[in-house]
Amino acid sequence: MGKFIEVRDVSKVYERGKQKVEVLHHVDLDVEQGDFLALMGPSGSGKTTLLNMIGGLDRPTAGSISVGGQRIDQLGASLLATWRAAKVGFVFQLYNLMPMLTAQRNVELPLLLTKLSSAERRKRASIALQLVGLADRAGHKPGELSGGQQQRTSIARSIVSDPMLLVCDEPTGDLDRQSAEEVLGLLRALNADHGKTIVMVTHDPKAAEYAKRTLHLEKGTLVERAVA
Amino acid sequence: MKYMHLIWASLFRRKTRTVLTLVSIVAAFLLFGLLDAVRTSFNQAGQSANGAQRLQTGAKLSFIQPLPQSLGAQIAQVAGVKMVTYANWFGGAYQDPHNQVFSFAVPPNYLDAFPEVEVSGGERKAFEEKRTGALVGEQLAQRFKWKVGDRVPLQSTIFPDQQGSKNWSFDIVGIMRAKDKKTSGFWDQLFLLHWKYFDETTPYNRGQVGWYVTRVNDVNQADRVAKAIDALSVNSDHETRTQTEQAATASWMKQLADIGLIVGSIMGAVFFTLLLLSGNTMMQAVRERTSEIAVLKTIGFSNRGVMAMVLAESLLLLLLGGILGLALATTLIPIVAGASGGMLNLPVLGADSWALGIVLMALIGTLVGALPALSAMRLNIVDALAGR
Repeated sequence: MGKFIEVRDVSKVYERGKQKVEVLHHVDLDVEQGDFLALMGPSGSGKTTLLNMIGGLDRPTAGSISVGGQRIDQLGASLLATWRAAKVGFVFQLYNLMPMLTAQRNVELPLLLTKLSSAERRKRASIALQLVGLADRAGHKPGELSGGQQQRTSIARSIVSDPMLLVCDEPTGDLDRQSAEEVLGLLRALNADHGKTIVMVTHDPKAAEYAKRTLHLEKGTLVERAVA
Repeated sequence: MKYMHLIWASLFRRKTRTVLTLVSIVAAFLLFGLLDAVRTSFNQAGQSANGAQRLQTGAKLSFIQPLPQSLGAQIAQVAGVKMVTYANWFGGAYQDPHNQVFSFAVPPNYLDAFPEVEVSGGERKAFEEKRTGALVGEQLAQRFKWKVGDRVPLQSTIFPDQQGSKNWSFDIVGIMRAKDKKTSGFWDQLFLLHWKYFDETTPYNRGQVGWYVTRVNDVNQADRVAKAIDALSVNSDHETRTQTEQAATASWMKQLADIGLIVGSIMGAVFFTLLLLSGNTMMQAVRERTSEIAVLKTIGFSNRGVMAMVLAESLLLLLLGGILGLALATTLIPIVAGASGGMLNLPVLGADSWALGIVLMALIGTLVGALPALSAMRLNIVDALAGR
């Protein structure tokens, strides 16, 4: 299989006032289509920064990033937004659901950017909720759901527009062990059964065990490659 | 429209705050509706098809300075004049100085100049024959429960009789009805007394009139006739100014009070306060939704799309409150006018007032939403998600 994600000689420097902080140093990374990659490392090692750049939320200071053959580091803000809407699903540690919308409406959000009819949007959101086992919670607002259920809603939102890539930032960081395992099992199924390429940042070695392979970042550099 | 549920849900994310802001907007636009009705009422005074055929001639110096009665005969000779009549301000009050009554002393032919006023033939004849007779407007009669045959006392705020008393008595001989209440409602509030009785009774007036009313043959000749009338008194001690009825009414109203300026000043202050209040609400609403806006951008909403949604939210807030306020004003205006016993002749809010209101809502909504929309547009996703 060809390289789905190609990160070449990427560096990232943040300016905090007059101070410049180099978060990533000349990182090279290849991810094949259908891979499930866990990125581990201590806080401040640059793993979330790398994840954000792969997901098109941030740009490298130097180097290039291609996803599915598209140089995303060269896209303007508007094209990048369109690219994210079509190609990437995001899962966050704190779920980041809209508190005033029901689970169904939250899952429908990415579909508002498509030309699908209202009925078709509802149908697809229902299927996504069914896939994560929350069909019976569609009318509930996030405040009425447990942490695990909220994260599963967030996963349903990330897959509803059928992107090839899922980027997950500490998806189990705020969950108890049982909920975490349910969420990780769901991610593994999406990878194995639906062919989604997943890049996941985690502190938790048990979470990383669900990935096909794990890479470690330290002080902005990839230091180890290991096959899980 | 597919974003409507999202905009609506965002707007009512903090229900109490949004409802309180909405109440302020409703109050502001209710006040706008009521004051605009007052302004329109003043602007409409003197505007009618019949009014276009009438000229009013008053003293050039001030409308309280009288003119000689002899001028009437000269005006009647001016080419293009169909008829001429006159009136004096009486300044009456009934029972209490607060119960002001629009009262004019007029000659018998006065109503000939005003075909928009209906009085029965018998009542008109009774007015001509009875020295102390008076014709009263329909609503005025209803307000004070007067009927034909009643003898009513009026206290003049200006003119005493020969004994020095300002208490006058009149016999009601007829009721005046405006044929078109929209343009001639003023007549329903009027009290007409005999000029001759007035002139002979008060020592303050001897053969003088307050103003002349001239009916012209051709509306298109009104300007020429007005100039010709004013030319009669050039270089005399009673130089005149002749205007169309509408211009004269507007000028007279303006000497009482500049309603447009008063209404404009009040509304300016109200809307400025509203701008700060709802602006603050929107800024707070967007500030506390930073991470949600970041998520929208993350999943693919463009910067402009997010900006448009915040602007739409602000416009929706103003339109909701504004339309509710104007609807309330539309409901309340007839009630207020009715409760005033006819003292306030407020017109129903017309399309012009609604259009002006909606333009103001859109303008304030855009101004209020502009800053939060810009900050939402410029929001950096990574910083916002990291809570920076």
